[in-house]
This record gives sequence, structure tokens and C-alpha cells, in this order.
Amino acid sequence: MLAKRIIPCLDVNAGRVVKGVRFLDLVDAGDPVAQARRYDAEGADELVFLDITASSDRRAIVTQMVRAVADAVFIPFTVGGGIRTVDDMRAILLAGADKISINTAAVQQPQLIAEGALKFGSQCIVVAIDARRIPETNPPRWEVFLHGGRTPTGKDAIAWAIEAERLGAGEILLTSMDRDGTQDGYDLELTAQVAAAVSIPVIASGGVGTLEHLHAGLTVGGASAALAASIFHFGQHTIAEAKAYLRARGVCVRQV
Amino acid sequence: MRNPRLVILDYGVGNLRNLERAFAHLGIAARISSDPEVVYQATHLVLPGVGAFGAAMDELRSWGLEPVVRSVSRSGVPLLGVCVGFQMLFETGHEFGRHAGLGLLEGEVLRFPAEVRPVPHVGWNQVIQTQAHPLWKDIPDGAFFYFVHSYYAAPRVSGQVLGATDYGLRYASVVAYDNIMGVQFHPEKSHQVGLRLLHNFASL
Repeated sequence: MLAKRIIPCLDVNAGRVVKGVRFLDLVDAGDPVAQARRYDAEGADELVFLDITASSDRRAIVTQMVRAVADAVFIPFTVGGGIRTVDDMRAILLAGADKISINTAAVQQPQLIAEGALKFGSQCIVVAIDARRIPETNPPRWEVFLHGGRTPTGKDAIAWAIEAERLGAGEILLTSMDRDGTQDGYDLELTAQVAAAVSIPVIASGGVGTLEHLHAGLTVGGASAALAASIFHFGQHTIAEAKAYLRARGVCVRQV
Repeated sequence: MRNPRLVILDYGVGNLRNLERAFAHLGIAARISSDPEVVYQATHLVLPGVGAFGAAMDELRSWGLEPVVRSVSRSGVPLLGVCVGFQMLFETGHEFGRHAGLGLLEGEVLRFPAEVRPVPHVGWNQVIQTQAHPLWKDIPDGAFFYFVHSYYAAPRVSGQVLGATDYGLRYASVVAYDNIMGVQFHPEKSHQVGLRLLHNFASL
């Protein structure tokens, strides 16, 4: 049976793992390769690295990190952040990443999804969507934001997910900006609506504070994978604990 | 383990570095090569593959490597196909039209039926060991491996199936016929059990 995936997410800035609250207030959380090794050993099913480096030498920093991670872990990993062209994608895949996550560039030039899928296969193109609930909408609606949550687009998140799939995305990494870093749990309505609207896997993201939140995202939310950061980085829970919790509640997870 | 001259065949498709890294982690200096002279010296040959079946076969042919793989397969050298490299071992593929494969294994490669979704089949899934084989040494029955594919192999000879996976239907995820072996999943991305399988292959 296909297992539901548990994915620790590492936000990386200039080669260090950091963690923010609602995309702000960054705190240092360690060396990416050491973190990757630890998660690999604990039984993480995949890793996601989101590069938030703004420096001009980011390409070199990211490529070096991707190589070091690829040498250390033998599970799939995704790299996102600042990828704008097919050449950017190629460089990161050649360095050893398995998937590329695109966010801002995908909205600005949707053809990048199609070009990437054609060149490297849909399975390595992850479209990341940062969505924020539009106040006082009933039924609720969510707007897509860019640039790490700073730029509104006026785009409807569900419609954009459907469009991304049509263009060739292999997965949707769906982050609720309202919940990110709050530890209040995933936005389950958002997750469930996107998961129902597309036939590709949806990775739930943003807001995990307890193991119950992971469970809810994978069941009520209908996500194929649950992504989390803080609860794993700061030692609140191990991946093994998360999997034992899910398994006890009848969710199929990979046993190491 | 002996020190094998393990060659990963390079014919312009796929990320071969990840397979090379996995063997390096096991202490095996695998060589990535498209040079027939190097391939003929191999004690073990890995046939990787990504993308579409027909395109991968076209590349293999345009690099002049189809007869080389055939020749190696007849020599008794252990040959391991991975993902599309596994699918190419069969007679026919049906991805974007009908394409001739290497035909080293009898059977064809089919699209998952429409009712099976989502496709591609992406993620960790179990492999049920359907018969004993040295490839399975120290790997538990039902272990999870990492899959990414939209087509599956349907071998004609059920006795050649070593492992099966359920995804909407039960299909052959590991096949072996003498020295010719193939796995649908990515062992190089399948954590400890995947590394173990590569080790077992290199130990044949």
C-alpha cells in the first residue's frame, strides 16, 4: 500500500537552517547536512529545502549544499527558492536534488512548469503555493501570495492549483500563510479543497504544532504528505514518534 | 565482497550521479560510462533510465549501446535495470505509441488503467517478495521502496517475478531471469533497504 509521507522542511538561509513565524523572525536551527542526516536516520520519507538566501552568490551556496545533502542521504529531496529558469532547475537536479519546487516564478511565467515537466518529467516539478484566506468570504476563498508571502496576486489558490496540474506539475506543496509558524494546525479546509480539486499529490504545509495536526492533514485534509518544521527541528517530536502515532490510528506509513 | 568493476551505463538520460553516490556509500567505486570497451570489462552492469520508454530506447540506440547491452546480457554478467531501465528490458512499451524494447525479458510495459489514480505512482510503497532470491538478502518482506512511474511491467513468465507491488492493481516490481534483473523503484532513493539491494546486486 502506498504510504503517506512525513516530510521535514528545512528553510535555509546562506547555508544554515532557519525557522520563522509567519515568514518572519528567523531563528537559527542548525547545519542542513547534519539535519538531513538526522531526519534520514529517523525515517523521514523525504526532505524539502527551501532556500531563502537573497545574496547574489546564492547559486553557488545552494549547489554546494545540494551536493553535500545528496552525498549524505538516500531519500528523495526537493529544493526550492529563487528558481526562475530551466537552467536553474537543471543545475539543482544535476547537483543531486530529486525535485524542484517553484513558487513565484511559476505564477510569473506559468510556461516554466510546462518546460520543466517536458525536460525533466512532471515527477520533479513541485509547484509551491502560499495561500492566505481572504477575510470574510463565505464559502472561504484563498489568495495566492508571492515573494515569500509579501506580494498578493489576486489569484485564487484552488484555481491556480488546477492550472498548475494542467501545465504539468507533479505535486502541489500547499502552505497556509495564516497558519505557518503558529502551531495551530494545517488549514484543513484549504488542504481538503485543493486535494479534491487536483489528482496529483498535495503536500500539506503550515501550522503543525502537534502529531494530531499531521493526522488531520492526511485524513481530513486528504493530503498525500504532511510537511512540518518546528515540531521536528526543536526536538518536540521525532519522525519515529510521528509515524508510530499515525500507524496506531490506521494511517499507512513507511516503517524503517 | 569482491571488488566489482561495476558500470552504470550512460546514454544521456537520467541522473546517474545518485546511483554512483549510493554505490560509493557502499564502498563500491561504480564507473559511469558509455564506452563499449569499459562496458565489456564490467563485472556488473546497471541500466538506469528516466523519461519516456521510446525516447530512452531511441537514446540507447543512437549512442550505439543497444548491441552492447545485448552482448553483456548474453555473457552472464549481472545486469540490473532501474525504473525505465527495468521497463526497457521487456519486449514492448506502450508509452506515447508502441515501441520495441530490448526484449531480454518477455512481456510488455503498460499504462496504469484509467481508474488507478493518481498517476504517476509516486512515493513509498511495499514490495511483496514472491520468491526467494539473493537480491532479497537481509531485506524484510513487505519493505517500502521509493517509486516514481506511470507505466508498469507485465511479464509473460510469472516464474520470473521476484516482487510485487499493489497500486490499484498488483504488478511486478522486481523481475529476474538468470543474470537479467530489474526493479521498478529507485533503490538509490530507497534508504537502507535500497542500499541493501544494491549491495546484494554488487555481491552477485
